[in-house]
Amino acid sequence: MGTITRADLVELLQKENGFSRQEAVDFLEQMLELFIQTLEREDSLKLSGFGTFGVRSKATRVGRNPLTGEEALISARCVPFFRPSRFLREEVNRKRKEKGTSA
Amino acid sequence: MTRSEFVALLSALFTDRQQHEVDAAVHTIFQHLAQELGKGKRVELRGLGSFGTRQHTAHVGRNPRTGEAVKVGEKYVPYFRAGKELKERVNRRNHGMNQHCVSELPSLSEPH
Repeated sequence: MGTITRADLVELLQKENGFSRQEAVDFLEQMLELFIQTLEREDSLKLSGFGTFGVRSKATRVGRNPLTGEEALISARCVPFFRPSRFLREEVNRKRKEKGTSA
Repeated sequence: MTRSEFVALLSALFTDRQQHEVDAAVHTIFQHLAQELGKGKRVELRGLGSFGTRQHTAHVGRNPRTGEAVKVGEKYVPYFRAGKELKERVNRRNHGMNQHCVSELPSLSEPH
């Protein structure tokens, strides 16, 4: 099954929104940059119908190197998270429920 | 930040088009992503990260409020895995510089 990439979105913007190829490339570039900047400023981003992106701070903790089993201190850090909207969670199940044997 | 605030900022950067066109384009993109995820496809956006779905098998869960056992059927759950650039930038910018994030850290932190 194919993976959606930037190139697919460029094509989509050309087809659906009448953007020229160059416009679509620039648009995506700027949108993704603004997206990252928003999270960098530690603002959350709520996209209705899709989900919420945000940043969580994690405290220092002791982890383990999965390869060697050695214990290691993992420093405190900020990590991005995504919480899918109810719509997206339903969308992901809607079509596939029918063909599967799922309850 | 809400979608409309995001669109307003984006349209200040992307001046080729009017704000309602920028709004429509943002809508096109996320609607498409939701649709394709619904079909079971993966999305990979370099720098930002990847989206996909995971299959969760049926299990017996618990209502966190009442402690009651509940059957949870097999289902698909969307996930997002942040890309390298997003992870690094979010951490670099916030950790140590942003008071909000730092204030949430316990005082025992330090090793870098």
